[in-house]
This record gives sequence, structure tokens and C-alpha cells, in this order.
Amino acid sequence: MADANSDTSPTPRRSNRRVIAWCMTGVVGMFAFGFALVPLYDVFCEITGINGKTGGRYEASSTGQVDADRTVTVQFLASNGPGMSWEFRPVTRSIKVHPGEPVTVNFFAQNPGDTPMVGQAVPSLSPSEGTPYFHKTECFCFNQQPLEAGESTEMPLVFIVDPELPEYITKLTLSYTLYDQSQHIEVSGPVGAGASTNKNG
Amino acid sequence: MAVTGVFMSAVADTHSQEHHHGPAKGISRWLLTTNHKDIGSMYLIFSFAMFLLGGSMAMVIRAELFQPGLQIVQPEFFNQMTTMHGLIMVFGAVMPAFVGLANWMLPLMIGAPDMALPRMNNWSFWLLPCAFLILVSTLFMEGGAPNFGWTFYAPLSTTYGPPSTTFFIFAIHIMGVSSIMGAINIIATIMNLRAPGMTLMKMPLFVWTWLITAFLLIAVMPVLAGAVTMMLMDINFGTSFFDASGGGDPVLFQHVFWFFGHPEVYIMILPAFGAISHIVSAFSRKPLFGYASMVYAVGAIALLSFIVWAHHMFTVGVPLAGQLFFMYATMLIAVPTGVKVFNWVTTMFRGSLTFEAPMLFAVAFIILFSIGGFSGLMLAIAPADFQYHDTYFVVAHFHYVLVPGAIFGIFASAYFWLPKWTGHMYDETLAKTHFWLSFIGMNLAFFPMHFLGLAGMPRRIPDYALQFADFNMVSSIGAFMFGATQLLFLFIVVKCARGGEKAPAKPWDGAEGLEWTLPSPAPYHTFTTPPDIK
Ligand code: HEM
Ligand SMILES: [Cu+2]
Repeated sequence: MADANSDTSPTPRRSNRRVIAWCMTGVVGMFAFGFALVPLYDVFCEITGINGKTGGRYEASSTGQVDADRTVTVQFLASNGPGMSWEFRPVTRSIKVHPGEPVTVNFFAQNPGDTPMVGQAVPSLSPSEGTPYFHKTECFCFNQQPLEAGESTEMPLVFIVDPELPEYITKLTLSYTLYDQSQHIEVSGPVGAGASTNKNG
Repeated sequence: MAVTGVFMSAVADTHSQEHHHGPAKGISRWLLTTNHKDIGSMYLIFSFAMFLLGGSMAMVIRAELFQPGLQIVQPEFFNQMTTMHGLIMVFGAVMPAFVGLANWMLPLMIGAPDMALPRMNNWSFWLLPCAFLILVSTLFMEGGAPNFGWTFYAPLSTTYGPPSTTFFIFAIHIMGVSSIMGAINIIATIMNLRAPGMTLMKMPLFVWTWLITAFLLIAVMPVLAGAVTMMLMDINFGTSFFDASGGGDPVLFQHVFWFFGHPEVYIMILPAFGAISHIVSAFSRKPLFGYASMVYAVGAIALLSFIVWAHHMFTVGVPLAGQLFFMYATMLIAVPTGVKVFNWVTTMFRGSLTFEAPMLFAVAFIILFSIGGFSGLMLAIAPADFQYHDTYFVVAHFHYVLVPGAIFGIFASAYFWLPKWTGHMYDETLAKTHFWLSFIGMNLAFFPMHFLGLAGMPRRIPDYALQFADFNMVSSIGAFMFGATQLLFLFIVVKCARGGEKAPAKPWDGAEGLEWTLPSPAPYHTFTTPPDIK
């Protein structure tokens, strides 16, 4: 650092190279860091459960204990992403459940258009503090949903509210946004061909 | 180009007799020059041109907001104006102006013959006009220029952006490369070319603040490049970094952007801190109070600036613990900032003050920048920010830190060093007029915005509810006044470059530093043998 001050200092040309090398390392490192933020962000959200991103398929079919003394209200919302023309709504809008019991609800979807289409639902849970305690054992959002012109379907969701859910949370709201994936379907099989490591489901 | 010639001719004349070769003749001098003074002048002239261009867009904005209703432009074009105004002012006016000052002054302040990497210096300048040519040309493209705000949030800029967005991304890439090359050059110069005996803690504060700014640039410009690269891929290559339907997340964009964005606002103010320190000390005829604490304060501000970014995102949905963390971390920045303001005021205390133009701008800087700091503290209160966010209060805040902060800092520096650059004194009466008109215009334009914001007027809208009419009209009048006044600055600088009272080597009796040991104008080549530092 202070070598320019002494007479035995290396020639500026050489130490310039060194400064450039250090700086370029910083530049390349920070560029990589920018991209590293993408997986880091997903991991961070998954660990902390913030952001309402619910996890993938929950493997156990029940969490063992059913806490029959406690009831939690679970509400369902469904909305269309931009440009999506389907009719999409929850069959059950609100349900009271006991933590620990597996519950099945259905969502209705219909393609009113005259071409086959493919939809992908993306879930989000609120309040986000509840996310780690909301387990889906079966969800239509794990896969894309193709519908022929005019076709309609009922899509199941099986979930368990964890008995560990903090006491102060008495109500959970699960909202789905349905996106049109028809044009992406030839390009790439599964969604998330891009950046995200997160197969929402 | 005529201005360019005039601006530099004074510098070029006086030392053709030196044994060094003088500047080349004609246009190739400017295209090929590796001289830090030539490049510094080009940066400053370019930045002023961008200041006028971005400023005229602000005039369009304020003209439309003069009255409620839509009179002059359509909402689509209005949005293009706010976007381009912000981008041009940040990347085209403020940042290049400071790089220009660095080019001119750093070698003179540390006793170096030139910048350490003169050829790279030439490239990093010439990339800038290319980048802005691309950016400005988007105005004439189909679908118009970018219209999503200078913060270019996804999905506004990805899914809903105009076709020109790809050119915008390209322009940002080029600007980023230019800034990074400039920063490397500055670090290499400061690290390797200081005169013997100038230890780190003897460096002038402008040198210190620029060194730290250069590190900030190296740390965050690549992150910005990453953000726009992700956008580019989302738009053109079918990825979904920011697209929820593909598993991405638009909120991620805001995190990446503000990780760059908050340090960026300090990139625009730290060099001004340095310059103001010299000016306050010179016109108080006292050494700067608390030199070491100034250095540490700047370092602390720079470090803290990396852990406060989410104060721009309180309303986006940050968990409670996060809100508290970012709230307190943000408020913590006020402490080193307070140290700096305290030191400036203490430097002036019991000094033999005179108020030439540089000092007027410097004192206004201290007062008005503090107002901006206070409104920043109000915005940092997470629960209160839900009320203020995306209103004109935010617009008032950042214009109070950027106009009397960054821009007044640049004006103060320009008047302070113009005699050194041109060899002539500028016209003091005109300069004082420039100050007072700028001061009044700027306050008229931006102070009412606080009230508008508190009353709930959203930012980035071309039309507004009737109850906001009066304050908006005052604001527009102030803005026109401020804008027109800047033509006076152009006139003063051109006049000073062409002639005027001869400037002595040290025109300000309280000024300190190696640059004042050189004749005015500073010869084309300086410190070819390093000076002695006592
Ligand atoms: C004590 C110092 C400061 C504090 C506490 C502070 C705090 C804040 C906060 C909380 C916001 C977000 C407001 C919102 O969007 O709701 C904000 C916005 C902003 N600040 Fe500051 N700030 C400070 C200093 C500065 C400085 C020195 C600059 C630039 C030189 C600056 C430039 C900006 C800009 C440009 C924005 C608006 C960005 C946008 O949304 O377009 N701030 N500030
Ligand atoms: Cu900030």
C-alpha cells in the first residue's frame, strides 16, 4: 500500500498491474455475487419461511398427533396472472381444520377459450410466519395443468397444518395465482427453466 | 465543441515552451488524449451537457405539473421523461462530474504527473458518450424510451417494458464498464503515484473520499450489471429470474437493485464531502477540524451503506425483524454523517469567514444537505414509511440530498478550482447571482414537495388532485428558475475560460494543498518530478 513512498518501491507499472488484478478480482467476484443472490435469496426465504413461498411436497402423510382442541381457519384465494383467461376459483373458500389432520380441498378451473392451454399455479401464504408450518402433501401446483378448449377440471390440494404452528396464528390465507404457460411449453418442459432453484409447490 | 476549445486553450498556451510536448492539435487531441487534464475537462463538459439535457426533461415534467389535468404531454411520455431524467442525472451528470473532478485534481493533489493508467482513462471517458447516445436514442424508437422509472423495477421493466429496454440495458452495461475502469484508475493512481512522504493520513480529504468512492463503485457496479443482465435474459432468453410464473420473484429484483442502489447514493455524495471539506477550511482560513474523524466517518458511511438497502422496500413486505434491523442500521448512518456536519461547523466556528461563491455553495450544502438527512431519518422509521413511501416526500428527500448535496458540491468545486484550470478569475458578481438564484429556485422547487408528500400526493404521476394545485405551481416556478439559472453558470464558465482577471497560483489565501503550488493555469504537464511533502 505505502510502497510508492519508499525508494525501494516496485516500479509503478508493476504495482499498477497488481492493483488492476485486485480490482478485477473484486469486480468479477461482485458480479458473481449478484447472481449468487438468486439462490441465496431462495434459500434464505425457505429457511426463514418469509416471503410466503410454501415448500415442495411434504412426504409424511400426517404429522402424527392431531390437536383436536385447536382450530385454525384456512382461507383460499385464486386469481389469474396477467393475460390468463381461465375461470379459476376455490371450491371451498374457507375451512376450519385441526392442526395435524390431512385435509383435502378442490379448486375449479375452466378454459373458456377455443385453443388448448397450459396453466401453472404459484402459491403464496400469508402471514408468512406460518409458511414453515403449512405442509402440502398433494397439490395441483406441483405440476402444470393442461386444459383443452372448453374443458374444465377440479384440482385437488391436500395439506396438513403443523401442530407446531405458533399459538398467535389463528388464520392462514393461501392464495394461488394462475399463469398462462402455453407459449413456454414447447420451449421448456418444466417451469423454472431459468434461474430459480425453487420449484414452487 | 466550441466550448471545449475555449475551455482548454488557456491551459494549452502557456507552456508550449516547456520541454514536454504540448497537446496535439485539432480533434484528435480530444479523441486520443491521455492527459488527465484534457480528460478531466471532457468529463466535466460532458457532464454539464447531460445536466442540461436531464434538466430540460425536468422542465417538461414541471411544466406538465404546473396545473392539474393533462396539458402538455401524454402520460406515456411523462413516464419516459421521469425515467430518463433520473437516469441521465444520476449516471450522466453527477457521476461523470465527480470523475472529471477526480481526473483534474487527484494528480495535482497527490503530486503525480498523471493518472496511473492514462490510456484506460481515455477509453473510460469515450465509452460514456456512446452509452448515452444509445440511451437517448431510445426516445426515438418504436414504443418510446424506458418508462418504468430510474429504478426499473421488474416486472414493469421486463414483462411490461417497451422494446427499447434492451438498448437501455446495453447502455447501462457500457456506463458500468466506464465507471469501473474509472474507479480502477483512481485506486491505482492513489495507491501508486503519491509523492514521496504523502502517507495515507496526509492525503487531502478529496483524495480520501474518492478512494473510498472508488471501492464502492467496484463493489456495486458489477451488481447493477448483474441485475440488468438478468433482466436481459428474462426479456430475451426465456429465463425467469424475476418472473413469478416461472418460479422467479420480482421482489428479488428490488433486493439486487437496492444492494447497488443505496451505496450508489453515497457514490454520488462522498466526493462532494471531500471537496466541501477543502472549501470550508479555505474560506474559514483555518485547518479542517477533525481530519482523522472525517476519514473514519467516510469509511463508516461506506461500510454501513451495504447493510441498509431494504429501507427502500419496507412496504414491499419485509418481516418484522428485518424492518427493525434495516430501520436501526439506516439511522446509524446519521451518526457518522452528523460527525461530518459537526466538523464542518466547528471548522467555521471563529474562523475569518468570507463568502465567495465556492463558500456560499459550501455553506448552503451543509445546511440543505442536513435537511435532506433529516427527511431521510423520517423515511427510515419503518412504520412511518408506509405513509411516506412513493409520495412526493421521497422526491423532496432525495432532491435535498442530491441538488444542494451533490450538485452544489460540484458547483462549489468548479468555482474553487476554475482559476487553477483556466488561469482566470471567474466573475464573482455573476457567480454570486448564480448562487442566490439557484438557492432560491431550488428551495422553491423542492421544499413544497415535502408538504405535497405528507398530504399524500403520489410520485411519478402526470396529473393530480385539485388540493395539490398551489404547491405544485410554486414548485414548478422554482424549478423553472433553477433551470434557467444554470445557463448563467454556462456563461460564467465560458467567460472565465476566455479571459478575465489573471489568477495567481493561489487565489484563495486560506487554501491548502499541492495544487496551489502550481502556476495558474496548471501547465499541461505537472509534477513530472514529484514534489517534497513536509
Ligand atoms: C441520513 C442519511 C439518509 C437516510 C436516513 C436516508 C433514508 C432514505 C430512505 C428510508 C429512503 C426510502 C424512502 C422510500 O422510498 O419510502 C430514501 C430514499 C432515497 N434516498 Fe435517502 N437517506 C439518506 C441519505 C441520502 C443521501 C446522502 C442520498 C444521495 C446523495 C440519498 C438518496 C436517496 C434517493 C435517490 C432515494 C430515492 C430512491 C427512489 O426510490 O427513487 N439519501 N432515503
Ligand atoms: Cu437508501
